Amino acid sequence: MKWDEFFVTGEPMIYAAMVSIVVVSLAIPIALTYFKKWNWLWMNWLTTVDHKKIGVMYILSALLMLFRGGVDALLMRGQTAIPDNGLLDGQHYNEIFTTHGVIMILFMAMPFIIGLMNVVIPLQIGARDVAFPRLNAISFWLFFAGAMLFNISFVIGGSPDAGWSAYFPLASLEFSPTVGNNYYSLALQIAGIGTLLTGINFLVTILKMRAPGMTLMKMPMFTWSVLITNVIIVFAFPVLTVALALMTLDRQFGTQFFAMQSGGMDMLWANLFWVWGHPEVYIVILPAFGIYSEIISAFARKNLYGYKSMVVSMVAISLLSFVVWAHHFYTMGHGVMVNSVFSITTMAIAIPTGVKIFNWLFTLRKGKISFTTPMLYSLAFIPIFTIGGVTGVMLAMASADYQYHNTMFLVAHFHYVLIPGTVFAVIAGFHFWFPKVFGFMLNEKLGKLSFWFITISFNVTFFPLFILGLNGMTRRMYTYSESTGYGPLNMLSMVGAVGLAIGFIILVYNIYWSVRYSPRDIDQDPWDARSLEWSTHSPVPEYNFALIPTVNKLDAHWFAKKEGKPLATGKYEPIHMPNNSGLPVIMGALFFFWGFFMVFSWWIPAIVFGVLILGTLAYRSFEKDHGRYISVEEIERTENALRGAQHEN
Amino acid sequence: MKQLFPAQHVMGFLFSLLLSLVALVAVLFDLSFTAGMTILVVTALVQAGLQLFLFMHVKENAESKTLYLNILYALFVGLVTIFGTLFAMRWGYMVK
Ligand code: HEM
Ligand SMILES: [Cu+2]
Repeated sequence: MKWDEFFVTGEPMIYAAMVSIVVVSLAIPIALTYFKKWNWLWMNWLTTVDHKKIGVMYILSALLMLFRGGVDALLMRGQTAIPDNGLLDGQHYNEIFTTHGVIMILFMAMPFIIGLMNVVIPLQIGARDVAFPRLNAISFWLFFAGAMLFNISFVIGGSPDAGWSAYFPLASLEFSPTVGNNYYSLALQIAGIGTLLTGINFLVTILKMRAPGMTLMKMPMFTWSVLITNVIIVFAFPVLTVALALMTLDRQFGTQFFAMQSGGMDMLWANLFWVWGHPEVYIVILPAFGIYSEIISAFARKNLYGYKSMVVSMVAISLLSFVVWAHHFYTMGHGVMVNSVFSITTMAIAIPTGVKIFNWLFTLRKGKISFTTPMLYSLAFIPIFTIGGVTGVMLAMASADYQYHNTMFLVAHFHYVLIPGTVFAVIAGFHFWFPKVFGFMLNEKLGKLSFWFITISFNVTFFPLFILGLNGMTRRMYTYSESTGYGPLNMLSMVGAVGLAIGFIILVYNIYWSVRYSPRDIDQDPWDARSLEWSTHSPVPEYNFALIPTVNKLDAHWFAKKEGKPLATGKYEPIHMPNNSGLPVIMGALFFFWGFFMVFSWWIPAIVFGVLILGTLAYRSFEKDHGRYISVEEIERTENALRGAQHEN
Repeated sequence: MKQLFPAQHVMGFLFSLLLSLVALVAVLFDLSFTAGMTILVVTALVQAGLQLFLFMHVKENAESKTLYLNILYALFVGLVTIFGTLFAMRWGYMVK
C-alpha cells in the first residue's frame, strides 16, 4: 500500500480535518503538561472504576459524537439544499450518510443512554456501585476505542460507504475494495463487545444489588426500562458479533458467507443485521421511555399512572422486538406469507406503545405541572413521537411499503422516532440529573431557549421529508435536477437543520455558562423528585450512600420527605470500595491498535497486539486486588462537609 | 467416604461422554439424513439438560425461577431467530 492510499487525499475539506486533528492531538498533551494535569487525569478519570465518572465520560464522548454526526448531517442537508449542488460528490455523500448513521446510533445514542444508565442506576436502586466496576471501565474503554477507530477512517484509509446497514453484495470486497468497510466491521465489533459487557453488568446489578425492601415491583420505572433494555442487549448483540465476524472473514479471509460466487447468500447479511438491528432500536428507545416516566411523574407531582401496565408493556415490547425484523426488507423478494406475518407482528408493537402513551397522558391529568426544561422535552416528545409511530404503522403495511420503501418518507419516519424518542430523552435526562452529579443546575432560561430552537427546527427539518418522500425522492440520493421540483422543500429542511445546529450550540453554551456562573448552593433534591438518587447529597460522594436506605414502597423517597422520616438510620460502618485500575484503559488502547492493524490486514502487528490483549487478561487472572475500605472518620468528614455546604444557603 | 464420593456427578460425566459418542454415530455410519438428524437433536437436548441440571445446578439456586425465565427467554429468542431466518430466507423467499 502506498502512502497516498493510506491517507485520504485530494479533498480540501479532509485536509482541513487532518490539520485540525493534528492540532487538537498536539494541543491536548501540551496543555496537560503545561497545567501539570497528567496525574490528575490519570488518577481521577482514566483509571476510575466509579460508575458516576464512567457515566460522565460516556456522556462527554456522546456529545462529541453528536457534534461529529451533526456536522455530517449539515453537510448532507447542505448538499441537497439546492438542485445539482456540487458541495459533495457522490462518493463523499455515500461516506457521509454511512458515518452519520453509524455514529448517531452506535456512538451517540448508545453511549448517551449507557452514560445516563451508569450515573443513575446504582443511585436509583440504593447501591454503592455496579456489580462489576472493573468490567464497567473495560466496557467504556472498548466503546471509546471502537468509536475512535471508526472516526479516524475518514482521514486514514477512507470511510465506509455502503450505508449504516452495510448490505451485501455492496459491502463485499468485490464492490467495496477499500478498507472502509473493514473499519465498519472491526470498530463495531470492538464497541459491541463493550456494550455486551455493559448488558451483563447492569443485569446483574439490578437483579442483585437493590436496596433492602426494593422488590422488583417497587423499582423506579427508569430502572425497569434499563433492566429490560439490558435483557435485549444480552440477547441481540451476540447476533451482531457473529454477523460482523462473518463480514470480516468474507472481506479479509476469503470466505463466502455473504459473497455470492460460491453459494453464499447476500440476503443473509441483511437478515442477521436486522435480527440485531430492530432490537437495537428498542435498546435506544426503552430507556428513553424510562426517563420520560421519571420526569413526567416528578413534574406532574403525581405517581406514575398504570405502573404495572407500564412494566407489562415494556416486557411485551422486548419480546415483540425480536419478531419483526423482516419489515426492513419487505421489497427484497419475500413471499406474501413472510410479509403478512411480519406486518402483523410489527403493527402489534403499536399496542403496548400506545398503552404507554396513554399512561403518560393519565399521569399528566390533573397534575400540578411545572414546566421545567426536562418537562418541556417530555411534553414535546408525546405528540412528535406519535407522528413517528403513526408513520411507522403506515410503513408496517407490506403492500403500502412498496411505495414508501427507501424514500425520504422513511428517513423522516425514523428521525421522528429517534430524535424525540432518544435524543430529546437523553437531553431531558441530562438536564434532570445534571445537578445530582455536579452539584449545580443548568440554566433554565438557556435550557428553554435551546428547547424551543431544537423542537421547532426539528419539525422544520424533517416534516418536509415526508412530503418529499411521497413525491418520490429516494433516500441516499446525493443530487437531483431542478425539474423534479424537490428544491424548495429541501431548502426548507436545510433551514431547519441550521436551526437545530443553533439549538445544540445554545445547549453547549448553557453547559459552559452554568459551569462558570450557576449558583452552587442547591439542595440535594432541587426538583423535589421521587426516587432514591435524590435522597443522597449532590454532588454524590464516592460511596453514594453513607447508610444504605431501606425501601418499603414505590417512590419511597417522596413519602419519606412527606412524612419527615429518614430512609436510612444507624451507625456508619467502614465502606468497601473497589480500587482504581489502569488495566481497562490499557486494554482499550491495545484493542484500538489491534483493530487498526486488522483493518489494513497488517498481520504481524495485529498478532502482536492480539497477544498483548490476551496478556492483559492473563495478568488480571493472577492479580490480587481486594479493594479498600473508607474509614468511619472519613465518611463522617465527607458527610459533614457535604451537609455543611448545603446548610449555608 | 461414601458421602464424599460424587457418584452422581461421575455417572453424569460418563453419561455425557456416552451421549457424545452416540452423536458421533451420525457421522461415522452411513445413515439417512433424517436418522442422523434425529440422533443429533435427541442427544443434544439430553446433553443440554444434563449439563444444566447436574453441572450448572439450575435447580439448587435460590433464584431458580429467574433462571428458568431466563432460559425460556433465551429459547424464545434462539428459536425465533433460527426458524424465523429459515422462514424468511428459505421457505418464504422468492416465492409467490
Ligand atoms: C440532528 C439532526 C439530524 C439531521 C439534520 C439528520 C439528517 C440526516 C440525513 C440528511 C440523512 C440522509 C438521508 C439520505 O440522503 O438518505 C440521515 C440519515 C440517517 N440518520 Fe440522521 N440526521 C440527524 C440526526 C440523527 C440522529 C439523532 C440519528 C440517530 C439517533 C440519526 C440516524 C440516521 C440514520 C440511521 C440514517 C441512515 C443512514 C444510512 O442511510 O445509512 N440521524 N440523517
Ligand atoms: Cu425494525
